[in-house]
Amino acid sequence: MSATTLTATERSPRMAIATLRSLVWLLGSIAVLSPVFADEYWLNSILIPTIAMGLAGIGLNLLMGYAGLVSLGSAAFMSIGAFATYNLLLRATWLPLPLTLIAAGTITGVVGVFFGLPSLRIKGFYLAASTLGAQFFFEWLFTSFRWFSNNSLTLTISAPRLELFGLDLRSAPGRYLLVVIVTAILWLLANNIVRSRIGRDWMAIRDMDKAAAVIGIPVAGRQLLAYGISSFYTGIAGALFAFAYLGTADAHSFDLDKSFEVLFIVLIGGSASLAGNFLGAAFIVLTPIVLTRVVEWFDLATVFDNGVLVNVERMLFGVIIIVLLIREPDGLASLVERIVARWRVWPLRA
Amino acid sequence: MTGSRTSTALAIALATGLALGTTDARAGGAHEGEQLYPVLTYRTGPYAPSGIPFLGGLHDYIRYVNEVEGGVNGVKIYTPECETAYSIERGIECYERFKHGYEGAPTAIFQPHSSGLDAALLDKARQDHVPVFGPGGGQAQAFDGRVFPYSFPLVFDYWSEASIVVKYIAERAGGYDKLKGVKLATLYHDSGYGRDTIEPLAILSKKYGFEDIQIPVPHPGEQQQTQWQQIKQANADWVFLRGWGVMNPVAIKTAARVGFPVDHIIGDIWSGSEDDTRPAGAAAKGYLAVSAFPPGTNFKVLETLKKDIIDTGKSDLKDTSKFGTVYYNFGVIEGILAVETFRTGQEKFGHRPLNTEEGQWALEHLDLTADRIAAIGATGLVSPIKVTWLDHVGGGSAKIQQWTGDSWKPLTDWLNGDRALFHDVLEEKALSYAKEKNISVRATADAPIN
Repeated sequence: MSATTLTATERSPRMAIATLRSLVWLLGSIAVLSPVFADEYWLNSILIPTIAMGLAGIGLNLLMGYAGLVSLGSAAFMSIGAFATYNLLLRATWLPLPLTLIAAGTITGVVGVFFGLPSLRIKGFYLAASTLGAQFFFEWLFTSFRWFSNNSLTLTISAPRLELFGLDLRSAPGRYLLVVIVTAILWLLANNIVRSRIGRDWMAIRDMDKAAAVIGIPVAGRQLLAYGISSFYTGIAGALFAFAYLGTADAHSFDLDKSFEVLFIVLIGGSASLAGNFLGAAFIVLTPIVLTRVVEWFDLATVFDNGVLVNVERMLFGVIIIVLLIREPDGLASLVERIVARWRVWPLRA
Repeated sequence: MTGSRTSTALAIALATGLALGTTDARAGGAHEGEQLYPVLTYRTGPYAPSGIPFLGGLHDYIRYVNEVEGGVNGVKIYTPECETAYSIERGIECYERFKHGYEGAPTAIFQPHSSGLDAALLDKARQDHVPVFGPGGGQAQAFDGRVFPYSFPLVFDYWSEASIVVKYIAERAGGYDKLKGVKLATLYHDSGYGRDTIEPLAILSKKYGFEDIQIPVPHPGEQQQTQWQQIKQANADWVFLRGWGVMNPVAIKTAARVGFPVDHIIGDIWSGSEDDTRPAGAAAKGYLAVSAFPPGTNFKVLETLKKDIIDTGKSDLKDTSKFGTVYYNFGVIEGILAVETFRTGQEKFGHRPLNTEEGQWALEHLDLTADRIAAIGATGLVSPIKVTWLDHVGGGSAKIQQWTGDSWKPLTDWLNGDRALFHDVLEEKALSYAKEKNISVRATADAPIN
């Protein structure tokens, strides 16, 4: 996968950047215009989760796609971000929301560095298994110590206040704007990181760590940094997911399934692509809804049993993912890139 | 060449999908004049085995009201499904899809069918003015309609359950004064649900002088040897089993292995279904359980359902042997509560579909008397409930039942929970919630809700 990315970049760096730019423009204009034409249903149940999960995808993609490391504990880092934000909002009331998010992200980043330590010694599947430890440890921690949820009876946390400069962000457009602005800033930052010295070091390590070490890249430091930055992103995504989308959350909102979901977003969207994460997230969020709609239109519920239909929907979802990964191993991002490329030279063939 | 054609096809498929998802089915009018009653389902996922019979009971009762009785005062009930697999995220999408009506039919009340979703909707529903109604398993503090005008943890809460268990033990001991020195061990599923009885039992133990022993079981609870050894060592007289799923049969079997008498174990309302006792086999014979949703087929309403729905092949159940089980009857009870809520609202607002504000009024004035329950044919199945703006539970009674080896047999009539004892503590929780969230507290029943 990495080899393809490299050749693609070598072939036409200018075009890749142009494509990226047009994609950014497209997504950006959708993002800004959304509150105008989208209603609450769209904001609450499609756009907010897509963007928040897309941000979690960026977090994992920095680690997986760029630095070539693995993690099956993304949901654990999301939960750390959510619980840290909750406790900071609750206990450090003087802290404004943006700083709270940064602090929560930093806490997650530090934990991420700690859980990244095994990467210095082990690789591949073994490393994946060790990150699973984070997944189980934090689910246990947040259900066993009630302090984290302010001694709540039900162990759930909910945002005490979501406000910025006196503006109440609890309404759907308010929460949407919070998610979009935070994500846009972090996306820009990620874009710069991957093109900076750090990003290039990561890619060098990903493509051949021994060669990277030979040319003088501090492999261990860069790997830990990758875990730290990745967790920083994932943590903030977790906070946004919990408070701007779910409203309330508990440790089980961030179970292993959620970790896999983030992994699928990266694989479907496209490894080593930032914009692709949002495509992947949109795919994960929208496909089940679209399938339900299809069933509704053709009035299949009158023909088939409800129980059969919901199971078939889940199977179809799986089949679509498999087909997509076979046809588009580089993800939706490369599909979009190719289509844009063809449009550019139309009516000629690219 | 072929490659690019397939990817174009793929892109077109994805774009069409996106367009399909975008179009709005909520605006259409195919079901105008009907009452929307969205049904959140969990036919897939870990809880499907209890979800399927439960949905069977709910659909069968609504189908009976629609097809045999011709709707509620002539207003048909429209019940589109939305599958959540018991996940909160899918549930939120369902809520957003249905909260303001669907295909021309307005929403009056919304049932999350999951404690997690119920908690997640606490703030949202308040802002949207959508009454959320979750019989059994709601949050105890939400009883206070002044702070939670749109939350209705109708019928039952775990605090009432704790007091009912203590009441039954007192009855067996010969009075509350005989409770001194009795050891009650609570074996609970280590989750928000399981921990919910720690506080009420501490209050009860302080009042009656029994010894309160709390023992957690980590999810999912397939191993309980240590916990039951602990119970034996503490020499407990009674065990209150607050389990969920696989934890229940394992508890019953382990109790038999360590030699704890099964007829001194009292299960929670979610530890008292056929699926909890059958896997434990002979060890479960004599096991007790609290039952707010009694099983059985010898209720008049169930006989009617058998005749008009099951026998005519209209049932939602594929496996009709589930008819009359705990979860099926729970579904029927939920259907009855919803239909009676619509009826209450229609008496005030006219015989037409209700909106969410009218649904809130209807739930807050729901008064299911023994006479009305008899008229439905649900005597013994549904306990009398009277909801007011100060009390959104409105009931809090349950029976104690015993497993005979092949079915459940009620041992008592409806026992009332001691809700007065907990009132002040829960009220304080509600008020501190209001303070934390900066919510204004309603001063009178008719005060406008912000």
